[in-house]
Amino acid sequence: MELLRINHLKKSFGALSVIKDFSLAVNEGEVVSIIGPSGSGKSTILRCATMLEKMDGGDLIYAGKAAAKDEGMGSVYASKAELKEIQRTFGLVFQNFNLFPHYSVLRNVMEPPVMTGLMSKEEAKEVAMKRLSQLGLADKADAYPYQLSGGQKQRVSIARALALSPKILFFDEPTSALDPELTAEVLKVIKDLAAQKMTMIIVTHEMQFARELSDRIIFMEHGIVRAEGSPEDIFCSDDARVKEFIGKLNA
Amino acid sequence: MNLLTIMQQLLSGMVITVEIFVFTLLFSLPLGLVVAFGRMSKNGLIKTITKVYISIMRGTPLMLQLIVVYFGPTYVFHIKIGAGYRMVAVIIGFTLNYAAYFAEIFRSGIESMEVGQYEAAHILGYTKVQTFAHIIFPQVIKRILPPVTNEVITLVKDTSLAFVLAVAEMFTIAKQIAAAQATVVPLMVGGVFYFIFNFVVAWGMEQIEKKLSYYR
Repeated sequence: MELLRINHLKKSFGALSVIKDFSLAVNEGEVVSIIGPSGSGKSTILRCATMLEKMDGGDLIYAGKAAAKDEGMGSVYASKAELKEIQRTFGLVFQNFNLFPHYSVLRNVMEPPVMTGLMSKEEAKEVAMKRLSQLGLADKADAYPYQLSGGQKQRVSIARALALSPKILFFDEPTSALDPELTAEVLKVIKDLAAQKMTMIIVTHEMQFARELSDRIIFMEHGIVRAEGSPEDIFCSDDARVKEFIGKLNA
Repeated sequence: MNLLTIMQQLLSGMVITVEIFVFTLLFSLPLGLVVAFGRMSKNGLIKTITKVYISIMRGTPLMLQLIVVYFGPTYVFHIKIGAGYRMVAVIIGFTLNYAAYFAEIFRSGIESMEVGQYEAAHILGYTKVQTFAHIIFPQVIKRILPPVTNEVITLVKDTSLAFVLAVAEMFTIAKQIAAAQATVVPLMVGGVFYFIFNFVVAWGMEQIEKKLSYYR
């Protein structure tokens, strides 16, 4: 089943065209990684896909429901109510976690389902505790974000996203704010999710990780897709630019 | 006149002082938040109006503002005002003035919030109102407590300006006794009163700060 489709996404900030043309279709259970140099537009794609930014042109379709349609006059978004509904399809894990500092770990995870009317308090607490134990954070339930390491913070933010049972989970450079040790701890969590067939779209600089985990890798540069394919296609690519980028990172 | 008599005479004034203080806070804090929203509004007209309002309130003496609030209705609308309006005018004047200062404090706090907090709440399905009420505002309160404490302490001392509308707050009475008896003792007693009042205020604000120090 196709969970996400992006057709000919275009996005500019003022005169600066950040995404020139980007299309992507993701099926249930797939893991897609987006790699590429800084400024290539990777994060902008995630921000457009999660509707934090409005697309200038192109379609955005979640599980057959159009969030935005482009009939040739630029992207036209669905009604607020429809968007709210569609928004429940996905979750987003931020580079810098964006946990709520005034809430305990448990409350960070259980509050959103309660607030959005998805669950009762008791239900939400149960779900939250389950998610936290899954991610090895049960003993941190009563801690506050400032008391956690970066890796723990990122795991809490993953638990928080999962508590809403999204069909797709987006990751925006989930380990860029972490040192190598903490990175490993977060990557392991994402690997476990992949093993459970969670549909994920990951913007990352962790090449080895992307290679091991992804069904598909997209290499972005200057707002367009430079190369796309299975990890083997990308890592054994003949494209000089892709070779150069991956070679540099592996060196 | 001994100290006890002086204090007894000042007592009725102290009640008025506390009344001015309490009512001003009660009205100016919420109004300040509303003004802050206006100041941050995307609507150019609302933004300009609140900007002008704030600049007048901060740019002219509170004493003059009290006079305008009291005499304004008579001069502009030819409305007859009774003596009962004095205290009301004091509360209105103080509220309008302090709301302007509180608005700027609220604005600084709200604008200091990371955009990521809004984005995370939005992605998690919070409405705009929920985001502000549950995520943003509680954190703003913690951040703005020190400047708010400053304003509140200033307000305690500013209550003495109510004399300009002949409202007999504590210091007005102190000055009257001092003049009549040719002694500075009532003024000193007044000073001690303000000091104790502010000591309690500062202590109270410190308790709130401590209460909110459970997170960083």
